[in-house]
Amino acid sequence: MTTWEVVATIFGMGLITIVTRAFFMIPEREVPLPAWLKQGLRYAPLAALVAVVAPEVLMTKGHLLDTWRDARLPAVAASTAYFFWRRDILGTILTGTAVMLVLRLGFGW
Amino acid sequence: MSDSSAHGASLSVPVWRHPEFRRGAREMVGISLGIAAWGLVAGVAMAKSGMGVGLSLLMSFVVFAGSAQLASLPLIAAGAPIWVVWATALCVNLRFVIFSAQWRPYFAQLPLRMRLWIAYFTADLNYVVFMKRFPEPKPAPEQVPYFFGGVAVNWPSWQIPSITGILLGDAIPTEWGFGFAGTLALLGLTYSLVSDRATWVAAGVAAAAAVAAYALPLKLNIVVAIAAAVAIGLLLDHTVREPQPEEDLT
Repeated sequence: MTTWEVVATIFGMGLITIVTRAFFMIPEREVPLPAWLKQGLRYAPLAALVAVVAPEVLMTKGHLLDTWRDARLPAVAASTAYFFWRRDILGTILTGTAVMLVLRLGFGW
Repeated sequence: MSDSSAHGASLSVPVWRHPEFRRGAREMVGISLGIAAWGLVAGVAMAKSGMGVGLSLLMSFVVFAGSAQLASLPLIAAGAPIWVVWATALCVNLRFVIFSAQWRPYFAQLPLRMRLWIAYFTADLNYVVFMKRFPEPKPAPEQVPYFFGGVAVNWPSWQIPSITGILLGDAIPTEWGFGFAGTLALLGLTYSLVSDRATWVAAGVAAAAAVAAYALPLKLNIVVAIAAAVAIGLLLDHTVREPQPEEDLT
């Protein structure tokens, strides 16, 4: 790609991001959504988060984990335990990252 | 437009002077470490894509969508056609279309320019934090200050590490896996959203669907997972709730 093609690509991506994020906010009039869909959408954000997290935790290069000796699993277990003990996200991040670094750097997992 | 009713009052005072601005900022601080870790990973990825510092900075500021950026970089580096890169960004961003339906009741009365400005900042984490603060889908004067308070923490928490990653590039050892901190931030947010049996089941179904459909191109597994979770959620809402006494036994 030439520099200008990359610039065009970037501005196009910026536009796509704003239009997708604004999508149902753009029309001036109310957009009629069926009631069942509105009700079902309360599960959508949860599902989107899980859909990003689950492959990051359970998969390596597009395949399910084939070993338990993966630093991510103890890290997630520690984070999970911390979250349900304290319900604090910063601590959840720090706990899991600490476990991860100890296993990766200290034990070579 | 008719933005006088609910939001009008809040706009007469500068947004950053409103007490809800500070609250919005405070409630974003806890997860900003995860945002920062991800921003750093995205910055390093941009540096390694061969775009150069100038274009990487442009992408970081213009696009401001980490997952779309990460998905597009290999395509740009490989010289893929522009429409392929755009199609990928569109598919990765489809979840935001769903989120926007839920943003609408809060911000629909604002002027269009303001709505688009808000849309630029509405990443996943802003969405989750905001919906926890305002579960009732009704406009209120404190919502815009609260939103921008969160943005005041969220946006720099992403951009500063992203710029750092762009400038330092290879000097940052990504093999330590600190990018996983971003995943852990999302994990914590996920746990904060599961409350009852229906949400636990929906989360489990979404996880299975996302992993099973992972081979789909353009990160469409996220869309599959959302569809599956919404379907199972609706099913549980309409069937399981009926027999109340049975629920007490379990």
